[in-house]
Amino acid sequence: MSALDLVFTGDPKLFSIVGLSLFVTLSATVAACAIGLPLGAMVALTRFPGRNALIVFLNGCMGLPPVVVGLLVYLLLSRSGPLGPFGLLFTPRAMIIAQAALITPIVAALTRQLIEDLWAEYRDELTAMAIGPAGRVATLLWDARFSLVTIALAGFGRAAAEVGAVMIVGGNIDGFTRVMTTTIALETSKGDLPLAIGLGLVLIAVILLVNAMAWAVRGWSEHHAG
Amino acid sequence: MRDSAQDESMRDRTSTLPIVFEAVAFAAGETRVLRNVSLSLDAGPPTVLIGPNGSGKTTLIKLAMSLLAPTAGRIRHAQADRAARRQAMVFQKPVMLRRSAGSNVAYALKAAGRAANAATVMKLLDRVGLAALADRPARRLSGGEQQRLALARALARDPEVLFLDEPTASLDPAATKAVEDIVAGAAASGVKIVMSTHDLGQARRLAGDVVFLAKGCLIERAPAQRFFAAPATPEARSFVAGELII
Repeated sequence: MSALDLVFTGDPKLFSIVGLSLFVTLSATVAACAIGLPLGAMVALTRFPGRNALIVFLNGCMGLPPVVVGLLVYLLLSRSGPLGPFGLLFTPRAMIIAQAALITPIVAALTRQLIEDLWAEYRDELTAMAIGPAGRVATLLWDARFSLVTIALAGFGRAAAEVGAVMIVGGNIDGFTRVMTTTIALETSKGDLPLAIGLGLVLIAVILLVNAMAWAVRGWSEHHAG
Repeated sequence: MRDSAQDESMRDRTSTLPIVFEAVAFAAGETRVLRNVSLSLDAGPPTVLIGPNGSGKTTLIKLAMSLLAPTAGRIRHAQADRAARRQAMVFQKPVMLRRSAGSNVAYALKAAGRAANAATVMKLLDRVGLAALADRPARRLSGGEQQRLALARALARDPEVLFLDEPTASLDPAATKAVEDIVAGAAASGVKIVMSTHDLGQARRLAGDVVFLAKGCLIERAPAQRFFAAPATPEARSFVAGELII
């Protein structure tokens, strides 16, 4: 069966893999945004000892090798690790944690830069209106929302394309933790190219579709919100 | 929901004026922007700060608003609590929040601890002639409309003193007149106006008293009529005569 047949006939195995991939990656993106957006904004708007070191650390973590993140999460979740008793290793939740760990620094670092630039523009106006620290964070995050969507998409893209970390902490178990990228790697090594190519096409299509939807929403929102 | 009367009763009504500058200086690095300025901003007719570019007008306003801290001297505020001061500012290039005109006003009302109901928002927008544009994204308004929206946001704070930093610097005559009418209306309703401009015509139209600055120094302060009829200092005479002060 060709790659396109698998895609267009709705092959159940292929689509269960796609479904799990989307679930893991979207969950990781939501978690990374929940942590990274306020963290980035807070670093942008506050001054504290070690701030510059934290910024360098966050920026440096944007280039973390996925296999290293996978290894660290593996050590945390393994039976003898600090989170071992929760029994998360080789589950989709472990994969979400690994992907979130990988992309949270990206979301936080880019948000920090964006909010810091925006703050330079808004500082006097918000200070004159006597807006407090929490209000400033909320206002700047809201006014930067269209650019933040792009940051979230960057995180989503990085997580969706990642293979090393989820392979290590998920184990690539058929029907349980096997996602698109790990399947492509496995099937290619086995010589089953139609499934690998089919999944590759779906992976690219999913990333393009999510970006297109976000772009459309951004365009519509910008038109209505200015 | 709280109503306006409750809002008013909950706010600290201690007067924001006077604001007194005592030998205030401000330097940005090696550049001395203001030197030894002493003056008092009191309730009354509009005080207009005039002077050439770089004379320190904007810095003086930002110091009065506590957006900057003096590098020497001190500024005494009648209301010590900065958050409780009934003061507002309109910038030369106001930042429009990414939301509708009405939501910009609602934001300012909430920031001032006032009820941001639709009626209050529309009343403020109507006051600046923007009621018909309440739903339009603020960043899509023209320059003059944005400046009027900035005035509505400032008035949303129910200020006792309203600082304006060259609010019509980049506006055409029609937009300038619209802004001046709003400012004059606010002054007539008892709001103390402190405005900077280098437009002498505007200063003549609006000023109750004039503060003339040059090269960071307060050169002269006088009632507007006297200042324009008979400036007391050579620098002020040159400025009023339209000569270049470099």
